[in-house]
Amino acid sequence: MELIYGHPKSLKPIQTKYCPGCGHGVIHRIIAEVIDEMGVQERSIITNPVGCSIWSDLYFDFDSVQPAHGRTPAASTGIKRMLPDHLVICYQGDGDLAAIGTAEIIHAANRGEKFTTIFVNNAIYGMTGGQMAPTTLIGQKATTAPYGRDPGEAGMGYPIQVCELLATLGGTKYLARGSVNNAANIRKTKQYIKKAFEAQLRGEGFTMVEVLSACPTNWGMQPVQAEEWLEGNMIPFYKLGEIKNTLAGSEGGTASSSTNGGAK
Amino acid sequence: MAEEKRLMKGNEAIAEAAIRAGCSAYFGYPITPQNELTAYMAKHMLDKKRVFIQAESEVSAINMVYGAAAAGARTMTSSSSPGISLKQEGISYACGADLPCVVVNVARSGPGLGGISPGQADYFQSTRGGGHGDYFHIVLAPKSVQEAADLTYKAFELADQWRMPVMILADGLIGQMMEGVIFQPAIDPASLPRKPWATGHQADTHREINHISSIHLVPAELEASVRARFKRYDQIKAVESRYEEVNVDKAELIMVGYGTSARVALGAMELARKQGIEVGLFRPITLWPFPDKRLGELAAKGKRFLSVEMSMGQMIEDVKLAVNGKAEVSFYGRCGGMIPTEEEVLAEIRRILKK
Repeated sequence: MELIYGHPKSLKPIQTKYCPGCGHGVIHRIIAEVIDEMGVQERSIITNPVGCSIWSDLYFDFDSVQPAHGRTPAASTGIKRMLPDHLVICYQGDGDLAAIGTAEIIHAANRGEKFTTIFVNNAIYGMTGGQMAPTTLIGQKATTAPYGRDPGEAGMGYPIQVCELLATLGGTKYLARGSVNNAANIRKTKQYIKKAFEAQLRGEGFTMVEVLSACPTNWGMQPVQAEEWLEGNMIPFYKLGEIKNTLAGSEGGTASSSTNGGAK
Repeated sequence: MAEEKRLMKGNEAIAEAAIRAGCSAYFGYPITPQNELTAYMAKHMLDKKRVFIQAESEVSAINMVYGAAAAGARTMTSSSSPGISLKQEGISYACGADLPCVVVNVARSGPGLGGISPGQADYFQSTRGGGHGDYFHIVLAPKSVQEAADLTYKAFELADQWRMPVMILADGLIGQMMEGVIFQPAIDPASLPRKPWATGHQADTHREINHISSIHLVPAELEASVRARFKRYDQIKAVESRYEEVNVDKAELIMVGYGTSARVALGAMELARKQGIEVGLFRPITLWPFPDKRLGELAAKGKRFLSVEMSMGQMIEDVKLAVNGKAEVSFYGRCGGMIPTEEEVLAEIRRILKK
């Protein structure tokens, strides 16, 4: 009998420490499914960030490297340059990628480093207990934005749309934004991840999939309510889809403007 | 076949020796006075189809080193004092994750932006574990271009052997000056043995998965891991301490100096001899582990010491710890990029010995 659906080989059969309703577990699973489908479990390496997903090395059943907070893309650069035929996954949260590690992600993307970043955007700091993230929406409350994010008088800045920001860089070849708030979006996100991983192994350039993900604990919501909040508030601002696709054989370009920076 | 003697800058000699030692990935960021090293690596690593990246910052460079080391490569970064401060986070992580790599500090004078002239004020930072946490790493201090090259080979060997970052602490004078140098034969990186703990190539052996990490959230586990590392430090102290002695048996006073200061001290020793004063030089080559055992033996013989440094007095603390109250220890230093002259050091020797 053929097994149609089971636990992915690349994910250990153990319960995660993630909170009820957290998106990391689902995101881990679809990454593991794609790795199984591509048959690259023994050629995969994940760099797990500082943040809730620092635990990911407990769950993925392949090699891992744990760098300093925000330095994940620099470490992934070192790994991928030494092991170009391996699948290197740079797993980052919004604090890791869009705050403390902004320089690292921009320059890794601009160099066209051939690893794939999985950018989990839940608009809040999870592990440290609900502080404002670079992607926290205007008006959204956090322990460090107790009256809501206020870009005006309080000078808290604006939520950063990372895919759109990176789309201007010549080194980026595939930037997509998915969400794990419902089954349809999970399936689409998995397709984006597969496309990015395949492009990575073809050596095309920098690839990233941003994934909108709920954090019921720090949003102060029940899991179901959190998914509704994500759909009603995050998706309208963080538009889903392929933000930039200049992979070989694709006809797409970029939703915003794109420059290649160099003479052809 | 014997290698020809070549006239080279210290910075370039370190770079060439690193390439010959099998360094397969170099990551750097421009900073004076070590720029020739990065430029040499750019040309020669790219020529050899090895990895060279000019990183966006020193912080990124050391973390690229962290990644390349995690993938099993011989890897290196270089910088100068302010840049080395930025790398300390990464060095702490590499020590915590037991990753071998080589970090070169062609030191200048501080604090802050300070100046670009040679300095030895990074001694504390280099030898005390300059980042957060309980750790040490090997520190090698060359006094010449030849020794800079020789210690670069040694640094890669020691890093792999003891699974830790090894720092070469030179200064702007060692980096910028030209001297004759003979290189050892080149090692092909592909001929180096695979590291069984590193990530990658799992498909070749179907081994268990490997994790490279410095995290231990259970205090008892972290304590055990730190204690295990300190046991390794004890082994390193027992076998890796290196030093050079000149005229210590006859000497009424032994100068202690490393790198550029040791060169000045040697000159002062010659001047003193012409005036009938016998002084000696004890030159630590490993600043960590500090050669304290031998210094303690000399103290027990009734010698007195003069620590000569390009700082306000940092290594002198290790000298005092080594002699443990058994001998008098004096200090002479210049700072801010000033290099002590042989005459100044001689005057201090005469003042101490009342001659």
